[in-house]
Amino acid sequence: MSGPEVAVTVDGRPVVVPEGATVLDACTAAGIDTPTLCFGDTVAARNVCRICVVDVAGSRALVPSCSRPAEPGMDIATDTPRVRHARRMVLELLGSSVDLSLTDHVEEWNARYGADPDRFGPDAATVAQPVKVDNDCFVRDYSRCILCYQCTDACGEQWQHTFAIAIAGRGFDATVSTEHGVGLPDSACVYCGNCIEVCPTDALMFRTEFDLRTMGTWAPERQTRTDTICAFCGVGCTLTLHVQHGVGDDDGDRIVKVTSPHSSSVTAGNLCIKGRFGAGHVHP
Amino acid sequence: MTDPRPVPVALPVAHPVGPPVTRPRRDALLPSLHEAHDAAGWLAPEALDAIADRLGLGRAEVFGVASSYASFAFTPRPRRLRRVCTDVMCVVAGAEAPGADAPGVVASPCLGRCEQAPAVLDTDGGRAVAPVAPAPVPQPSTERSLLRRVGVVDPSSLDDYRAHGGTAALGHARTLGPAAVRAAVTASGLTGRGGAAFPAGRKWEAVAAAAGGPKYVVANADESEPGTFKDRVVLEHDPFAVVEAMVIAGFAVGATTGYVYVRDEYPEAIARLEHAIDAAGAAGLLGDDAGGLGVPFRIEVRRGAGAYVCGEETALFASIEGYRGEPRTKPPFPVDAGLFGRPTLVHNVETLANVLTILDPAGPRPETKLFSVSGAVTHPGLYEVPMGTTLAEVLDLAGGVPAGRTLQAVLLGGAAGTFLHPEEIGVPLTVEATRAIGATVGSGAVFVIDDATDLATVVLGIATFFREESCGQCVPCRVGTVRQEEVLHRLVHGRPLGLVAEEVQRLRDVGAAMRDASICGLGQFAWNAIEGAVDRFGVFGAST
Repeated sequence: MSGPEVAVTVDGRPVVVPEGATVLDACTAAGIDTPTLCFGDTVAARNVCRICVVDVAGSRALVPSCSRPAEPGMDIATDTPRVRHARRMVLELLGSSVDLSLTDHVEEWNARYGADPDRFGPDAATVAQPVKVDNDCFVRDYSRCILCYQCTDACGEQWQHTFAIAIAGRGFDATVSTEHGVGLPDSACVYCGNCIEVCPTDALMFRTEFDLRTMGTWAPERQTRTDTICAFCGVGCTLTLHVQHGVGDDDGDRIVKVTSPHSSSVTAGNLCIKGRFGAGHVHP
Repeated sequence: MTDPRPVPVALPVAHPVGPPVTRPRRDALLPSLHEAHDAAGWLAPEALDAIADRLGLGRAEVFGVASSYASFAFTPRPRRLRRVCTDVMCVVAGAEAPGADAPGVVASPCLGRCEQAPAVLDTDGGRAVAPVAPAPVPQPSTERSLLRRVGVVDPSSLDDYRAHGGTAALGHARTLGPAAVRAAVTASGLTGRGGAAFPAGRKWEAVAAAAGGPKYVVANADESEPGTFKDRVVLEHDPFAVVEAMVIAGFAVGATTGYVYVRDEYPEAIARLEHAIDAAGAAGLLGDDAGGLGVPFRIEVRRGAGAYVCGEETALFASIEGYRGEPRTKPPFPVDAGLFGRPTLVHNVETLANVLTILDPAGPRPETKLFSVSGAVTHPGLYEVPMGTTLAEVLDLAGGVPAGRTLQAVLLGGAAGTFLHPEEIGVPLTVEATRAIGATVGSGAVFVIDDATDLATVVLGIATFFREESCGQCVPCRVGTVRQEEVLHRLVHGRPLGLVAEEVQRLRDVGAAMRDASICGLGQFAWNAIEGAVDRFGVFGAST
């Protein structure tokens, strides 16, 4: 390893990480599996979900591991009663207010931390609301939104610079919104779909996936992924075509979704409307 | 299972994600929103879009920022407005939330006029309609130090300010020079008066030593802790003192620009402060050679828009910069990366006022502390007492609980504070002594509750306050304040979900997570007073 390093302790075990690495990186280096929800690999950490918190000696409150840089000599504990309790409560608070049924790992984490989201009763306030279906490209189901800020950051200063969506309102009523809540066709949205790519809970979903799920024919087990290069222009974006074999009565192949690898030096997971949604010509 | 060998690790190549770009004049957003709102009484979609287009911001962003503030209306509303305080101090005094049938009357969080409870504020286009209330300072001026000019001088007259000792500290600072001024602040032992009690001198030295500029001095006058009104009184009745203290602070730490962030609920304070800044500028106290110190210093006033969280220093910076009032993660701390990402000295108004007594040419005056006393006392008002005075002595100054009534509890430190038993009022009001009994001086709010008040209702009021004031950024606070309020609502109305003990356990579980895992002090202290009411007062029969 080259460059300056930082030595820390994770659960009593010495770990060395490069300068600039986060506490989360140090935990991962120590072989610790840390739950994360709002953290994404293509946008800056917002540390808002707080499920990744750890106990750092000398710090009164728990520390969000995803955003906190590792500092020399840090003594990090990842499995104290305080950490376990905070993680359990984040799961119970989100689980009792947001539809996490399509979010990866939640069941496993609920079991690991003993979380029971139903304990707040049937009348606990939720963010349940109708799905916003207002265009042919993607739908927005804010019943599933945990307010991770990744979509607004991807739409705004960190990738797309379109600023079609922002966090609006306050407190429990805060939500992702266009100006005055207008539909996407009346907003600044350019349908790049880069918000879908970063959404950790499937609140943002391709219209194709949404329609197939509604019809009951969405079948990830019959899907394959094929990488190719987008043919629309000369930039050379890598496209990952998600092809489902057999859709309903049709036993042919259908491109149901298009993504791009986060590791691509050209896209970092981002595409434009043509690459993301322009595969219709394949299925005349 | 522990392996003593260091583990080398190769990190995945992250895509470079720089800090957010602050675009030109983004900080004009909040003043622009106020301008439009004052003119029309509400913010029409067309007005918001026009502001976005003029400032080169996304329309969704402008809507997102505007809708994070409680002061703004997004449906037609009269310019002339009556705000009715519906926070605990005023509800206990008989305030009732206005009905939906009165378009010009709206409920408001704590108006910071708790000595007038139940308080109302009449405004027209954001400006106060009624004359400024007399200074609520029952003590004679000879017994006051920080407040010695309050109610004595004409707050609009710089000459009168000077005739009563004003600008003497500035002259002394000029003689001392920046390093000696910082040393004097450090030697005084002054601690922050906003609630956290951080040593002021350490901030001054850190900002002076910080690399990069420009540097800023920010006066936090977003006094929003329910039951607190000390900063309002200082701003309304001695505004030149805040200006003078900021000039000295800028000189001492190498800052050339100051901001005073005043809450929207204090229009009289804003008007008097703006007048003082203009007069000080005309007299050369501000400008290219501020106060003859040989360095430039200017002050801008920024008006908040109804958000308790903006009293948190990093949320305050975000608000000034034109972003949603959401706290930022610390570190970095403001002394290194504060307002506009620059080294920033941020102090509560009371803390700044202390600078003038520390730099008194006749020598530092004894340290005092301000207490906003409201509720069941004979003379509610603002009291200034020597450091170490007991709570009982402060209550005596305020005339004690009115005859025929009995003290039930004192809520010390506001909604984020602690309920104290009558037998605990002998506690000296210092950081250390209050900490020793599990309490906090906080912002110096003293809310006195007599036996005619149902403590459970006060507790529910506090929970409602935090639910409404959570910014919504982090999960523990955004959802936790809701769950906390839901449980308390059920308990107060006698409809527990299962056993009362199970409900109390839900409160404890949510409260611990808010305290441990919230981003800022709002969430971290949202369970503080309620925990005390449950554990020490047994409001729900669960006293241990």
